[in-house]
Amino acid sequence: MTMPYYASAEQVMRDRSEYARKGISRGRSVAVVTYSDGVLFIAENPSSTLHKVGELYDRIGFAAVGRYSEFESLRVAGVRLADVRGYSYNRRDVTGRVIANAYAQTLGAIFTEQMKPYEVELCVAEVGETPEHDQLYRLTFDGSVVDEPDFVVMGGQAEAVSGHLREHFLPGMGLAEALRVGVRALSAVSPATAANGGGHDQLPAEQLEVAVLDRRRPKRAFRRVVGVALRSLLGDESAAAAEDEPAAEAAHVHAPSTPAPGTPPGLGDPGAVDTAGGTEHAAGQPAVTDGAGGETDGKGDTTSVTEDR
Amino acid sequence: MTDQSAGRSGFPPAYLDRVGSSFTDFLGITAPDLLPGRRPLPAMPLGEVGPHATTIVAVTYGDGVLMGGDRRATMGNLISSRDIEKVYAADSWSVIGIAGAAGIAIEMVRLYQVELEHYEKIEGMTMSLDGKANRLAAMIRGNLGAAMQGLAVVPLFAGYDLDAAEGTSPGRVFSYDVTGGNYEENGYTAVGSGSLFAKSSLKKTWRPGLSADAATRTVVESLYDAADDDSATGGPDMVRKLYPIVYRVDAEGAVRLSDDQVSSVAATIVAERTAADGQG
Repeated sequence: MTMPYYASAEQVMRDRSEYARKGISRGRSVAVVTYSDGVLFIAENPSSTLHKVGELYDRIGFAAVGRYSEFESLRVAGVRLADVRGYSYNRRDVTGRVIANAYAQTLGAIFTEQMKPYEVELCVAEVGETPEHDQLYRLTFDGSVVDEPDFVVMGGQAEAVSGHLREHFLPGMGLAEALRVGVRALSAVSPATAANGGGHDQLPAEQLEVAVLDRRRPKRAFRRVVGVALRSLLGDESAAAAEDEPAAEAAHVHAPSTPAPGTPPGLGDPGAVDTAGGTEHAAGQPAVTDGAGGETDGKGDTTSVTEDR
Repeated sequence: MTDQSAGRSGFPPAYLDRVGSSFTDFLGITAPDLLPGRRPLPAMPLGEVGPHATTIVAVTYGDGVLMGGDRRATMGNLISSRDIEKVYAADSWSVIGIAGAAGIAIEMVRLYQVELEHYEKIEGMTMSLDGKANRLAAMIRGNLGAAMQGLAVVPLFAGYDLDAAEGTSPGRVFSYDVTGGNYEENGYTAVGSGSLFAKSSLKKTWRPGLSADAATRTVVESLYDAADDDSATGGPDMVRKLYPIVYRVDAEGAVRLSDDQVSSVAATIVAERTAADGQG
């Protein structure tokens, strides 16, 4: 392609950065927070099917902000890389670093070689045997990769949310407390809350997409926290913030002993067999919502939909 | 950028194409050499080049489905393994058992497990049970060339149908032939060299709507009967403490029964047969 006028490389890169940054900051924020048993993903996301958070591999999760079609294709590429590598080598040979590197290279190449950079920011999180081995990689639109401690906030008013988290985050928090801190930080800047002209005191369960990488689970650590499990975790918070921690913990590890057929346990007992697989549609939702709705087709069509702005 | 792995320039273009959610299809594009059934075969029959896995049985019961397999692999007239495992959880809600050329079969199971998990991750939902059965049929069909050379693999597939209609049994069993034919079985079935005897046994012991414990007994007993009459099927090995592998799939997912559970069932059966004065 020929440029009609001369533009310095510096100017071109600056324009692209600004373009990408603007796109990303128009969306809503995602927070990825470490807690005592793993990594917690909290996204402000009113859609229950267009996910911003996903599973890449046994111990590795993915979170993204920006343009849906772009980060969705990156997520799929990450799943493919992980599965091909795990299949041709061994499951233990798939690491967050490998996937983060591939993302960095790809984003970097797109940023320098294409007219329009990807308007996305990603986080690849990996949960280890102990909290010291947890990794959070933040990847920006230009392919830079940063290994962050404690937490990562991306998209929307990321600075404000980060500031809020920096004040309230404590290493080794339990799940309920980490969720409480994270949701409060997101609520502080969300247009859906009363402080910013919305109708809620803080973000309700329907506006949130929450998932965990739980190191206590035997194989696949990734679980969505949805429906009843999520509401009870959030509810404990507003009703009795001072209530003792075990109550909230019990609510999330409780697996009904005889679930109705077709109801995968929400988080389940981490010691139990790995039954919740990818049937992430939650404990609280009837099974018909996923089967009959033709979600698969819908998903394919919506890749052109841009992020909620 | 024809490099097939994530190299210096990140993901190869095929990784970023939104083409589908099948892992097998994706490997077919990016790394076909990793797929069983895509390799050149010598033009003559291979004969006994690798171990063969033998009898697998599956039965439905009131709340789900059970699958069991003996522990023997043979090579010609030799026992090549006493403790091979031939029944696996395919995903959280289904199990797969294999008879035939063990090397190819185990590779196929591994591929199949990744196939189901890959779909689950990309689509965000589990494949339907019929979809899973069809994917497996396609994989067997791809192996037809090798099967003609003597490396046949015949699986048995069973799962818990999350979309089962009210009043029907949620446990379902599917059997296959070497050409990829896929048949849903009513109640129970078996594959492998001892399947004739195992099925005869199940014909007399299996009834619709059994409890989990009673159905477990029919599975272990049918494997005992198969081992009794088929030299390639291993019976419960009290000396080495090797017992059949039995998986149960019910509303709580696929679970492998512990050795203690299976051994106590096997011990009961052996005791009853012993008590029959050598006529058991």
